[in-house]
Amino acid sequence: MLEYIAIAVLFLIAVVLAALIVFLGEIFGPRHSTPRKAMPYESGMRPVGEGRRRMPVRFYLIAVLFILFDIEVIFFLPWAVTFRKLGLFGLVEMFIFILILLVGYVYAWKKGALEWE
Amino acid sequence: MAQLDFYTLLPTVVLMAWASGLLIADLFIPRDRKAWTAGLAALGLALALGLTLAQIGRTGTGFAGMVTLDPFAVLANSLLLVSGLLAVGLSFGYLRRRDIDRGEYYSLTLFSVAGMMLMTQAADLIVVFLALEMFSLPLYVLAAFARPQPDSEEAGLKYFLLGAFSAGFLIYGIALVYGATQTTALAGVVTAVATGTASLPLLAAGAGLILVGLGFKVAAVPFHMWTPDVYQGAPTSVTAFMAAGAKIAGFAALMRVFVQAFPVLGEKLTPILWTLAALTMFLGNLVAIAQSNIKRMLAYSSIAHAGYILMALTAYANPQMRQMAVSAALFYLLAYALTNFGAWGVVAALEKQNGGGLELNDYAGLGRKSPALAAAMTIFMLSFTGVPPTLGLIGKIYLFRVTVEAGFIGLAVIGVLTSLVSAYYYLRVVVVMYMREGEPEASMDGWHKAVIALSAALTVLLSLAPAALFSLVSGATLLF
Repeated sequence: MLEYIAIAVLFLIAVVLAALIVFLGEIFGPRHSTPRKAMPYESGMRPVGEGRRRMPVRFYLIAVLFILFDIEVIFFLPWAVTFRKLGLFGLVEMFIFILILLVGYVYAWKKGALEWE
Repeated sequence: MAQLDFYTLLPTVVLMAWASGLLIADLFIPRDRKAWTAGLAALGLALALGLTLAQIGRTGTGFAGMVTLDPFAVLANSLLLVSGLLAVGLSFGYLRRRDIDRGEYYSLTLFSVAGMMLMTQAADLIVVFLALEMFSLPLYVLAAFARPQPDSEEAGLKYFLLGAFSAGFLIYGIALVYGATQTTALAGVVTAVATGTASLPLLAAGAGLILVGLGFKVAAVPFHMWTPDVYQGAPTSVTAFMAAGAKIAGFAALMRVFVQAFPVLGEKLTPILWTLAALTMFLGNLVAIAQSNIKRMLAYSSIAHAGYILMALTAYANPQMRQMAVSAALFYLLAYALTNFGAWGVVAALEKQNGGGLELNDYAGLGRKSPALAAAMTIFMLSFTGVPPTLGLIGKIYLFRVTVEAGFIGLAVIGVLTSLVSAYYYLRVVVVMYMREGEPEASMDGWHKAVIALSAALTVLLSLAPAALFSLVSGATLLF
């Protein structure tokens, strides 16, 4: 049971810190209210119309491709960390992995998934 | 590190590589030459089948005990590869007729078969999960392959959502088994139980959840809800492959996991399996009677057949009956797969381009219009019912014998009674084909005809000389 106290302490610190930051900001923060600041997105994105409007399906395709190659990079990381231990075997294995991904890449390319129009 | 025994997985690895190559090769094959893609896919399956047959008599484990090679896996893999070949044979002409002959179809089929083959060899629960996802993901896409037709898209989405849901059950079960035994290896679970370090209630809960997850895949009641809609909506050639392949792979995994890892839970799990088998046989056969759409009827029939195979699995915990139960289930899977491809082949031949021709009434007059096709359909319906001279009968007798010898006489009685009920809706098809007037139109290419003829011939001929098959399945031992 005792070894979990550290987690409880961490949890407590996180809650207190978050509350503290909000509290301090509320007291000391300057307030200049402009119409632009009152908008939901300060970035300038203008929220017009319903939240459930249609998006071009291309975004979805890009998102899927992103996830695909994003995960590829994540798999590279543990491999790179233990590269010396794995030696030649690890190198060959990783090349096979890249080859499989390359097949998907070539397929997506040839099918025109990378063209915007 | 270099102790990886690639040989254990050679056919699967070759098939995966072939499927990847086919995906690229297909990009350079023009739309009107998709016969090349189909031919290459069949070649890849045949190559893998050859490599699998070369593994006969070899045993061993590979990849640090993650996969195993034993006679059971070799037989199940051969069955899966033959199913893949039959599916490709049914597909080409059918896809072209429905104007969905895209080359990805064959790559996806090959990937799916490779996943199923990995499933039969999995010696670790993590590999079971991996293989399940590997064969399911291509199937989800294949079910929606008749895009943009709404019913096919619905089938794909429904299968995907419920499949993902059931995968959740499976992985939760694996987590509980790990929690109970500190291992995911099937052999490790037995060791943990033997040394007394395992928590049995937790292990039982895990085994139950794994049963739910795999029960979804083999369409056992009460996890069958997706089956009729998916089987009906998916292109018929896909349904044929899905019905045979997913059942073989699912039951292979169920048998290996339960026989190898959970023999000690027999007392707890046997009543559950008993109930599942009885429910599945009852519901599948009774609801099938009410169907007028032939695809839905065959979907419920597929549920019912899952019940018969579950009946054999009920005896798994009995050490004397174990091998016989596995053999009987394999025999029935083989009989079911053959009959299944023939029956769905006939359905695909009669399906019209607009998706019509699937009602029972559309089969009226087939006996006069194309006698050969009607005769073949009659054979398949008789085999599903379990009437001589068909393989279905031998399979059922084998299953009932195992069930009775294991002491589940009540279950065997339910099996026989529901078989009698099933005769009503199977023979109704025969009656409609021969006794009513109609103008059905069948269209199929040579490969399609060959698949139907081969299934019909094997269904009859193998039933006349089942001794070879008996020795084949009784030699298919699970090693652990």
